[in-house]
Order: sequence, then C-alpha cells, then structure tokens
Amino acid sequence: MSASTHSPVLKHHFEDLGQQHACERLGIWMFLATEILFFGGLFGAYAMYRIWYPHEFELASSHLNRTLATINTIFLITSSLTMTLAIRSAKLGQRGALIGNLLITAALATAFMVVKGFEYAEDFHEQLVPGPGFGTHYHQEAVSRGLDPAKIQLFLCFYYVMTGIHGIHILVGIGCILWVTWEAWRGTIPPENYSTVEIVSLYWHLVDAIWLFLMPLLYLAGAGMKH
Amino acid sequence: MSIAIGQQGPIAAPPPPEPDPLPVNYLNNGYSIWSWLFTVDHKRIGILYLVSISIFFVAGGIAAGVVRLNLLQPDGAIVTEDAYNRAFTAHGVMMLFFFLIPAVPAVFGNFFIPMMIGAKDLAFPKLNLASWYVFMLGAILAIWSVLAGGIDTGWTLYPPYSTRASQSHVIPGVVGVFISGFSSIMTGLNIMVTIHKMRAPGMTWGRLPLFVWALYATSLIQLLATPVVAITLLLIVVERMMGVGIFDPTIGGDPILFQHMFWFYSHPAVYIMILPGMGVISEVLTCFSRKNIFGYHAVAWSSVGIAVVGFLLWAHHMFVAGISFYAALLFSLLSMLVAVPSAIKVFNWTATLYRGSISFHAPMLFSLGFVVLFIIGGLTGLFLATLGTDIHLHDTYFVVAHFHFVMVGGMVMGYFAGLHYWWPKMTGRMYSDWWSRVAAIIIIVGFFFTFIPQFYIGYHGMPRRYPNYPHEFQIFNVMSTAGASILGIGYLMPAVYLTLSLFYGPKAPANPWSATGLEWQCPSPPSVHNFDKTPVVVCGPYEYAIGVDQMGRGLPEPPGVDDNPARRSGITGPAGPMNKETEVVG
Repeated sequence: MSASTHSPVLKHHFEDLGQQHACERLGIWMFLATEILFFGGLFGAYAMYRIWYPHEFELASSHLNRTLATINTIFLITSSLTMTLAIRSAKLGQRGALIGNLLITAALATAFMVVKGFEYAEDFHEQLVPGPGFGTHYHQEAVSRGLDPAKIQLFLCFYYVMTGIHGIHILVGIGCILWVTWEAWRGTIPPENYSTVEIVSLYWHLVDAIWLFLMPLLYLAGAGMKH
Repeated sequence: MSIAIGQQGPIAAPPPPEPDPLPVNYLNNGYSIWSWLFTVDHKRIGILYLVSISIFFVAGGIAAGVVRLNLLQPDGAIVTEDAYNRAFTAHGVMMLFFFLIPAVPAVFGNFFIPMMIGAKDLAFPKLNLASWYVFMLGAILAIWSVLAGGIDTGWTLYPPYSTRASQSHVIPGVVGVFISGFSSIMTGLNIMVTIHKMRAPGMTWGRLPLFVWALYATSLIQLLATPVVAITLLLIVVERMMGVGIFDPTIGGDPILFQHMFWFYSHPAVYIMILPGMGVISEVLTCFSRKNIFGYHAVAWSSVGIAVVGFLLWAHHMFVAGISFYAALLFSLLSMLVAVPSAIKVFNWTATLYRGSISFHAPMLFSLGFVVLFIIGGLTGLFLATLGTDIHLHDTYFVVAHFHFVMVGGMVMGYFAGLHYWWPKMTGRMYSDWWSRVAAIIIIVGFFFTFIPQFYIGYHGMPRRYPNYPHEFQIFNVMSTAGASILGIGYLMPAVYLTLSLFYGPKAPANPWSATGLEWQCPSPPSVHNFDKTPVVVCGPYEYAIGVDQMGRGLPEPPGVDDNPARRSGITGPAGPMNKETEVVG
C-alpha cells in the first residue's frame, strides 16, 4: 500500500482523510438516529399513557425529587459546553486544554450519576417503586383522591426504565470520554484528526438532549400538584 | 481452456498441479484460527457469517421437522403439545432472527458491497467484526434457551402470556434476540455509510448494481426499525423479571401497545428479509438472460419504495386484536399499496427475461423459482391485507402458507441463488452444475408440495400453532409433511456438493458467468484488498446488450450461450480469456 505518504491517522481502506472523516460523521449521525428511535419507542408509549391517565401521572410525578433533577440538568448542560470546548481545543491543537475540558466533562457526568444514585436511594427508601414494594401510603393517597394506584405504578415503571437506560448511556459516555482523553494524552489526536472528539461529542450531546426531554416529562409533569 | 461448468459430473477430477505459487488472496492469507477470529476483512467476516447462519438454518430446520412430523396425526404424532409449542417457537426464532435477517445482508452484503462499488473494505471494519461477535453472543443465548427447555410463546412473544403465564425460558431467548438486533443495526449502518461514501470514481447512484440499491433500502429498515423492537424486548424482560411492567393490564398497561411496538419493527423486518433477495434476483436474471435490466430506475426506486411504505402498515397484523375500525381501514389500504412496488419489480424482471438468451444454470433456476413463488406469496398477501377476508383467514394456515411463500419461496430461494451465483467468486471453485440444477428443481418441487396444501386447510379453517386438527385435514397435513421431506433433502444437497467443490471442484475463472459487475473484475477468490488500484467506472451495471463490464471492457464468452455481443461488435479488453486473472485498470 502507498500509505507511507499519508497521515498516520489515515486508515488503510480509505482514499484520504476527507473520506474517512465523512464516513465517521455519517456513521455517528446514523447511530444517533437509531438512538432516537430506541428512546422514541419509550417516549411514544409514555405519551399514550400520559394522555390516558393524566391525573395519576401528575400525582406520581409530584413525588419525584425536582431539586436533585434540576441540579443534574445543570451538570449535563454544563458538560455539553465543556465537550464543545474540547472540540475547539482539539482543532487548535491545544493538547492541555483538550485533556482539561474532557476531564471536566467526565467529572460532571460522574457527578450526575452520583446525584442520580442518591435520588434512587431516596426513592427506594420511600417505597416509591412499582410492583410488590409499592408503598401503602402512596396507595392510600391515590385511592383518597379517587385515582387508580395501579397507574401510579405504571408511571414509576416509565420513570425507572427511562432514567435507567439514560443512566447506562451516561456511563457509556463517561467511558468514551475517558478513552478520548487517553488518546489525547498519548498524542494520537492531532488537529487534522479532531473528528474523533467531535464524534464522541455528538453522542454526548444526544445523551444530554434526551435528558432535556426526560426532565419535563418525568419531573415537571406534576409540578402544579398540591399535596 | 473449455468452460469448466456445464458438462462436469458430480465430482470433477482434481485440478491439475499449479505451476506458479498461488497468488495471495483473502483465503490463503493466514490459516490460523486467530487470523479468522480477529480478521477485519469484510470477506472473511462474510464467511464467518455464512458458516454461522448455515448452522442456525439447520437448527431451525430440525425444529421445523419436529413440527411437520408431529402434524402427521390429528392428535400429535411424536411430541407432547407443550413440546410442540416449544418446537414452533424455536423454528420461528432461529429462522427469522438468526437466519433470514442476517442471511443476505451479513453474508453477501458484507462480502460483495465493497467489491461491487469498488472499495477496499466496508467503512468500519472493526464494527463489522464486532457485529459478528454480538450476533454470536445473541445466538448462543437463544440456543441456550432452546436447549434449556425452550420458549413456548411463539416468536411473537405476546404479553401478558410471555411476561406472566409462560413457564418457559423466555428471558434468555428474548435477551438473545435483543442482543442480535444490535448486530443487525451495525451491519446496516456499515453498509449504508459504505454505499454513501466509499464508491469508486464514476460509480454514480445511477450506475449502482441493483443489489446495492436493495441492500441500501434494507439497511435503512435495519437502522430505523430495529431500535424500536430492542426497547420493546427490553420492556418484556423488565416486566417478566421485576414483576412490573408497561404492557401489564393488571397495572393499567396495554398489551395491544406491545403488539404495535413489536410489529412496528417486525413488519418492516419482513422487508429486511425479502429486499436483499430481490436484489440478488435482479443481478442473476439479467446475467443469465444476457440482457440489460428492464426499467433500472423503476427497480431501484421500488426497493426504496418498499422500505418506506413498509414502515406504514404494521397494524395489519392486528385487524382482529381490537384496534379501531378506521385505523384498520387505513392500514388495509396501505398494505395493498406495498404490492405496487413489489409488482413493479416482478413486471420488470419478466420484461428482462422477454427475448433474452436464457441459460438455466442453478442461480437462474433458483431465481426463476423466486419469481414464481414470490408472485403466489405476494398475491395471497393481498387476500390478507383485505379487511373482510382477513377476518376469515386470520391466524390460519393460509397465513402460514402465505409468509412461507414469501420468506422461503422468496428469500431462501434468493439466498440460494446468490450462494450459487457468487460461490465461485467466494471460494475460487466451481461446483457441480448438474447436481446444483437437480437440487434447485427438488427444492422448488418440495416447496410446492409443502405449502400449497396449507393454503387449502387454512382457507377451510385450520388455525396456525395448534397441535391438533380435525381428521378431514389429515391427508393435507401428510402431503405437507411429505413435501417438507423433499424440501429437506433438497436443502441438504447443496451442503454436500458445495462442500465437495471446495476440495474437488475445478478452479473458477475470475468471471465464470460473464457478468458485468465490478466484483467479477477481482480474481477468484479475491485478493486481500479486492482491487490493486481503485477501479474507474464508465458505464451502467448491466450492459449485456453490448457486452461490456462496468469498466467498459469486453466480457468473456458467456457459459452455454453461443452469441457474445462483445465479440460480435469487436470489443475486446484486458478481461480476455476466461481463465486468466483480470488486470484492473486505474
């Protein structure tokens, strides 16, 4: 092969870096499309039940911890900013700034997961879970308002499945960001190959954007509910 | 040298000793097990898939054999009713998720898409290898669930039975299907990006072979539909494991929602299965009738049309499930609409055959079988799309016969057509022409015997998935089982003569069928990077009328046809005599 004259980051089966980057970009956008459909199934199902059982969903939503969710939203939005700054650093060839920005992003993502963990612990402690562990006080509250406790549990199913899958995506994202950090530290992300950072950032922004839909759907649905 | 196909017996003489050392190709470039397990060569990954899905095809076939044998007697001939449920579920899961869906895209798509568009590899070779590992992980889980006792829900896994009542191994099976779905997404994504970004100079969209168009449409469905079934299956697992759930009617959930979400994938998935078969047929029919395809753009865009319309008609599986009458009306109409692009394809294939110089080699026989069986399967589909008749025919053997005509008569035929068409290129060996023709005829005859009686008993009310039936249906079930035995023998024959061809078959020339595609410009078997230099494409994919390949050079003498337009019009090229390796001009 005549790869000797080419950039060391050019993979052998591509003609040039332009083609390689075009493939990588198109590939990640297509992957994002699959992710949107993956969550789209959940959003569609949620929307259906939300329309069918609006009052149960409001009541169940009002028991979630909105303060922690707001803090988490701030963490994720900020992490998207530092991720974008990382692309800029990579483009300009500023290795130190690149590594710094990536590490801040990973730290914010980890903070999100820690807060989420405390929130889950609180929910479990208060028996705000569907199934056999469902708290009797929630049951009685629903009955006293003339609502069906089974549908409160249905909301909680969505809450745990949606935030759980989103959390798994965050963990994968942390892994990817740390991998790019490692590559940057080794010096294998020269400015002409900044698209590696861009691709991880596109994934990260999607995870962030999904949270921006989860937050109002799950936490703010019952914001007007009085106890 | 004479053409080494046609007059050979079942086992031809060993090839004469080679004077020169064998040129390095993808097969002899490393023999260790690691050179296969860690390969990123799209051709080797295609072979890995070929071996794996052949095993799953046999596994699914054994389960089908159990089902058919049990139906020999009205009260069940060999197994208990519970085991019968597990057998037809195993058959469905194995054949659909682990054979039909990966069959053409993951084997021939992986192997030939880069070669057909003049690329060195797929866009993401490591992702491609990962897709095989993910696929095998899913398959092993699914097989484990079958061996551990099986699943008795049917492949459709409807809740609440699958989540609350079933006492079988639903979770490992569902997780297996869930995991293998990601391999399907990876393959689709890889093929789609490759077609977009890796085409050789001159390979415009209007010059893409129709197989590439078909795989593009398939990849679109794989990419956009599979994630939805992934989340649906995940919800089934959560519901069954945790005792909570979104489809559980005891907590306000709706099982019909599962059916909607399941069929949102699983109906487009039948187009994942049939579209690649249609792509193969477009290649083979033109090649063996020595004519340009009739209506290139119509065939190309009808693939995309099927993919798009295919997303909009899932609820025709649910006409009797209690959906709104107006929704059913709409879905009925849209279901009929998908017959239009399918019919466009059939009419164009027929017009391609008209006045062609047809030669009946095995790939052509399989393709003609495809067209006939697909017409029957497609037209009976219209009966089921019609609301009124569907009420009568729903969940009967009529439906079973219909989708086996499309899936087996269509897709498996297309798969075998592709296997016989490209086998010389993949392995560098010719198989027995006579035995392959016999196998094709046996398969087609066996197929008719198996499934035509099922239309009759289905129309007269025999429900699918029931182990018992009234006595008057027995003769038809016996006929069907007899036909299935013929079909089974037919499917075993290629396994024998194709395996023998690896050891005893004569060496295949670079272009044994005198075909026009770029993949035939590589040596047989192809070298590691397919092309020494990136090829330059100068004309359309099917210039059989003037006898030139896509690089504008004369075709070699076609097998079994006296008339070579290339010779008649005085076009010659470096392709030259058949047994020489071709050079690739840059």
